Amino acid sequence: MLVVENLQLKLNGNSIINGLDLHVGKGEIHGILGENGTGKTTIANLIMGTNNYRSTGGRIIFEGEDISKLSVSERAKRGITLAWQEPARVEGLTVRDYLSLSSKKGQSDRIERYLLMVGMEPAQYMDRDIDATLSGGERKRIEMASVLAMHPKLAILDEPDSGIDIVALPLLLNGIMEMNRQGSSVLLITHSERVTEVAHRVSILCAGKIISTGAPLETSQWFKNNCLTCPHINEPAY
Amino acid sequence: MVRYSVEEEYKGMIDAYHKAGGDRRVLKSKDVAKLVVHENKVLANDGIKGLKIDTEETASGVSVNFTVEKGAKIERPVHLCFGLLPKEGLQEIIMKVDAQDDSEVSVVAHCIFPNAVRVIHKMDADINIGNNARFDYKETHYHGEDGGIEVIPKARVKVGKGGVWQSTFALSQGLVGRLDYDFEVFCQEKAVAELVVKAYGRGSDDIKILEKIYLEGKGARGMAKSRLVLSDKARAEVRGETYGNAPYARGHVDCMELVNGTEAVAVAIPIVSVTVDTAKVTHEAAIGSIDRKQVETLMARGLDENEAVDVIVRGILK
Repeated sequence: MLVVENLQLKLNGNSIINGLDLHVGKGEIHGILGENGTGKTTIANLIMGTNNYRSTGGRIIFEGEDISKLSVSERAKRGITLAWQEPARVEGLTVRDYLSLSSKKGQSDRIERYLLMVGMEPAQYMDRDIDATLSGGERKRIEMASVLAMHPKLAILDEPDSGIDIVALPLLLNGIMEMNRQGSSVLLITHSERVTEVAHRVSILCAGKIISTGAPLETSQWFKNNCLTCPHINEPAY
Repeated sequence: MVRYSVEEEYKGMIDAYHKAGGDRRVLKSKDVAKLVVHENKVLANDGIKGLKIDTEETASGVSVNFTVEKGAKIERPVHLCFGLLPKEGLQEIIMKVDAQDDSEVSVVAHCIFPNAVRVIHKMDADINIGNNARFDYKETHYHGEDGGIEVIPKARVKVGKGGVWQSTFALSQGLVGRLDYDFEVFCQEKAVAELVVKAYGRGSDDIKILEKIYLEGKGARGMAKSRLVLSDKARAEVRGETYGNAPYARGHVDCMELVNGTEAVAVAIPIVSVTVDTAKVTHEAAIGSIDRKQVETLMARGLDENEAVDVIVRGILK
């Protein structure tokens, strides 16, 4: 479904992404594990086309089409979406508005169930604004609900667990699995091995490059043993 | 100039209100207290128990005495509808409001100028909110796309002990034209005032907002809030002033102006003043472009860029 080939990004003369290759299959939850500063959010931005990031080399192929030069809207219309690590707040936009505009046509009457899937009571949240009155954790779960409502072909989730407490984390993981049951492929970007437990495969990112891909348990263990103790920050020894 | 019969004027006002998104049943209902004025003619004046609306037609408009009797709690919102259907004209509304002690009322005012090419609409209001009285006032304007209108609302509001004044002025349908908004509120002990202005300036709209709150009584509270979005060559100047002149008074000035494009101009001038050491008045003013991350958040859900901007603007002005 998604094939990233030799992707490169240079910003101000610095190489941020260095020949990254990645394959995400149809119906796959693919985790990307990486320490801070390895390029995780940059990959999310490059695939979604956000933050004015445009690759300086390589290709991003989605369902056989090179999407590297498409706008964010055009990528979304092809079925890709992104849940931000720190989602935006929009004054005057209610949770109901947000989920409605995310949902497919004809399904806006079912939006309440997407809130329930991430453990939020619709009566308590539907008419609230997506503004500073929501906590970071609440906003993150609403972001997840809006992705669920969209039924994307590919959901990019950037650090979905950051700001989420331990009580809400299982609900969030359940939301990711539900997304997958609905038919979405998921690119799950995180620094937490716990979150990658729901993935089918996991890749390890270092210095803007995938250095290993494999089964979640083994790859997470490898990450723990090697990356968490690695003194070569952004200089892979492997 | 085209002249209308009274029936045509009433029908025309209701139709224009409906086209602007209003519910025409409200203005037709006998159960709703309302005042409908076209140009200088009173087309409907339906009071309700506890509320008296006395009017006098003048050469250029209408003089209105609006009295909410002591202790009266008016359950359903009172609707005021002012407007001009012709392309040219002047409408001056002189308003005296007396919300007596312990009364409560919510007033929704619709100002309708769908065909304005050279129209002036002035309101001069002297408003007295009694002790422990509550007055909610929402004024929404519906203008056409010619922008040939000057809107000049001025109000001086006195809020008695424990009274509450909340007003919202919204102008986001059609071109603004020239707006010169000037409201000042004087709050006595434990009184509360909240002034909100929302406007969407486009074309060559010229917007001036002056919100002044004087916190004169102990524990009085006030907020002057404005939300403006400017596109094309629109200009806006917002002055939010709050004066904390009594012990434990609390005030806040909150101004946000978003500029969409390169030719619109936004100016914000907040003034906060405190003359008593236990009073506190704060302000925040932000002028900038529409947040790119907000736009991209909505684009990532499939909206085009213009649609995303429109959703954000409508949210700010809601």
